[in-house]
Amino acid sequence: MSHNFRHWPIIVILSIVSLPLIIMFAFQIIDTFTTHPIDSMIPDRITFEQFSFLWDEAETGRANIWKVTLNTFIFATTTAVVVCSVSMTTAYALSRLNFPFRRFFLGGLIILHAFPTVTLIIAIFLILQIIGLYDTLLGVIMVKAALELPFGIWIMKGFYDNVPWEIEMAGVQDGASRFTVWWKLVLPQVQPGIFALMIFSFLSGWSEFLLPQVLAPGNDAQVLSTYLTALIADDTKIDFALFKAVGMFYAIPVIAIYLIFQNKLMNIYGGGTKG
Amino acid sequence: MQITLQNFTKTFDDVTVIEDMNLTVKDGEMLALLGPSGCGKSTTLFAICGIHRVNGGKILFGDRDVSDLPSQKRNVGVVFQSYALYPHMNAYENIAFPLKVRKDKPADIKRQVHEIAKLTHIEELLERKPGQLSGGQQQRVALARALVRKPDILLLDEPLANLDAKLRLEMRAEIRRIQLETGITAILVTHDQVEAMSMCDRIALMHDGKIVQLDKPSEMYNNPANKFVADFLGNPPITFLDAKHQGDLLVLPNGHEIKNPKLAASIQSLQVGIRPECFGPQFGTGIKGVVKFIEKQGREELFDIELTDGSQLRSIQPSGADLSIGDDVDWGLSLDDLLLFDLQGERL
Repeated sequence: MSHNFRHWPIIVILSIVSLPLIIMFAFQIIDTFTTHPIDSMIPDRITFEQFSFLWDEAETGRANIWKVTLNTFIFATTTAVVVCSVSMTTAYALSRLNFPFRRFFLGGLIILHAFPTVTLIIAIFLILQIIGLYDTLLGVIMVKAALELPFGIWIMKGFYDNVPWEIEMAGVQDGASRFTVWWKLVLPQVQPGIFALMIFSFLSGWSEFLLPQVLAPGNDAQVLSTYLTALIADDTKIDFALFKAVGMFYAIPVIAIYLIFQNKLMNIYGGGTKG
Repeated sequence: MQITLQNFTKTFDDVTVIEDMNLTVKDGEMLALLGPSGCGKSTTLFAICGIHRVNGGKILFGDRDVSDLPSQKRNVGVVFQSYALYPHMNAYENIAFPLKVRKDKPADIKRQVHEIAKLTHIEELLERKPGQLSGGQQQRVALARALVRKPDILLLDEPLANLDAKLRLEMRAEIRRIQLETGITAILVTHDQVEAMSMCDRIALMHDGKIVQLDKPSEMYNNPANKFVADFLGNPPITFLDAKHQGDLLVLPNGHEIKNPKLAASIQSLQVGIRPECFGPQFGTGIKGVVKFIEKQGREELFDIELTDGSQLRSIQPSGADLSIGDDVDWGLSLDDLLLFDLQGERL
C-alpha cells in the first residue's frame, strides 16, 4: 500500500481540518489552570483558584458541587444498571425464545430506537407530575433508562444472535434448565457486550442534559450538566473561568473512562463473541 | 438401551420432513443414519435427543415412552458437529458441567471426570480452554462430556465433518473403540458412507425422510435394495447402463451380450449397475472402449472408459497399468457382481 500511496498529504489535510478541535481542547485545559490579561489570549500566571468551587462553600442559591456530582453519579450508574439488566433478559427472549407477538416486539423495538424521543417530553412531564416524580432523581432515572432501552436491547440482541445454538442445545442435553443454560453458558459469551453497554449507558447518563433540565430543574436533583448551564444562565456576572473549570471537572471522568475502556467499547460495534 | 421409533412423524410448519418412520436400534449397537443432506437424518437425531418435538408417533427408550419428555430428562449424550464446547470453561469444567448440574459431590465429580478423561485420552489437556485445543482434541473433550454422566444413549451428529482427513481416520477408530468399551447404544448421523460403513454395526440409509434400507454395511454394499442405495454407497460410484432383455440374453447398449441373466420374460428394458471394481482386464474381454480420463490415486488408478456407443463405465485398477488417455481397451465384466434394476430403480 505504502508504495503507491503517500501518507504525508493525508496527514497534512487531517491536521488542518482537526486544528480547530485541537485548539479548543488546548485552550479548555490551558484556560482552566491560568489567568490571562483581559486584552490578550496569552496566559501570564498559573493558578488553581478557578477550581476553588471544589472546596469553597457554595454561593447562596447554588447547589453544592459534590452533591451535584453525587447526583450525576447516581443518575448515570442507576441508569446503566437498569438498562443492562433489562436488556440482558429482554434481548435473550427476543433472540432465542418463541413467544406470541415476537415479531411485533422486534418491529416496535426498531421503531422506538429510531423514534425522536424528544417529542415525548411534554407527555413525560405530565405523567411524572401526575405520579409525583417530577423534580426527583428517581423520575429522571426512570425516563432516561426507558429511553435508552431500545438501543440496549437491540445491541444485546445482536450479541445473543452470535452465540451458537449448539451451545444451548449442548447445555440442555447436559441436563441444565433453560435458566441455567442462560446464566452459566450464554451470559459469559455476551459478557463483552454487557460490559460495553454498561459503560455506554453510564456515559450517556453522565452527559444527559435535556431530561434533567426539563424534568428535574430544582437544586435537589441537579446534575452536572444542568449545574453547568445554571452557571451561564446566571444573568449579570458570567464567570467564564469558573464555567470552564466546572466543564473540565465534568469531562475528566468521561475522558478517563474512554481511555481505560476504549478496547471494550469497540466491542459494541464489532459485536463479536470472541472473548 | 434399545431405542424404538414407532410411526415417527416430524413436520416443520406445513412441510412434512419425516412421515411414519419405524426404526429399532438394538441395545449396545452402533447404528448409522446415512443419507444426503436434507434427507431428515439430523431431524431424526434431534427428535431422539428431545430438541425437536415429535408431531406423531412414539420414541421409546427400552420400554419407556420418552416422546413428551424434555431433553433434560432423557439422559442422552450428544456430540455436535461443531462440538459446542463451552468456550469460557476449560476442558475439565466442560466435562464436569453435566455432573455439576446434577449436583454430584465435588469428590465424585473429580473422580468421574478423570475416569472419562482416561478413557478418551485427554488427561493432560484438562486445564486447557477449547480455543487452545486442536480439532481432534476438542472432539475428544466433547465425547467425554457427552459420556461422563453415563447416558443411556450416545448420539453423534456428523462428528468427523470438521476434521482433516488424517484425524478423521484416527477419530473414526477412537469413537468406535470408546463405544465398544462402554457398550453404549449409539447413533451416528453422517453423509459420509465410508464413516458409516467403517464405524457402525448397521446402517439405515435415508432418502427424502424415509429409510430406504436398513442393513449391515457389507450387505448394503453387495445387495442394495434399489438404485439409490447402489448409487449412494461405493466410492468411486457405480455406473449404470441401459440394457435390453431379449430371449435369454441381456444386451448392453454397445451390443455386448450377456447369457442367461435369470430374468422374468416380462422384463424388457432394465438398468445394469456396474461397480468400478467389476470392470477390467482381469475379467476377460468383450467390452471395447477408449480411455477418456485417468485419475491416479497412488495405490489405485481410476479410469473413465467411453464405450463404442458413447456410454461411460468406470474401472478401478491397481496402479501400474500402462495406459494413457485416448488408448483403446478391451476389457471384461465380473458377471456375478452385476446389479440389475428395473426402470423405476427397484432391484431385480
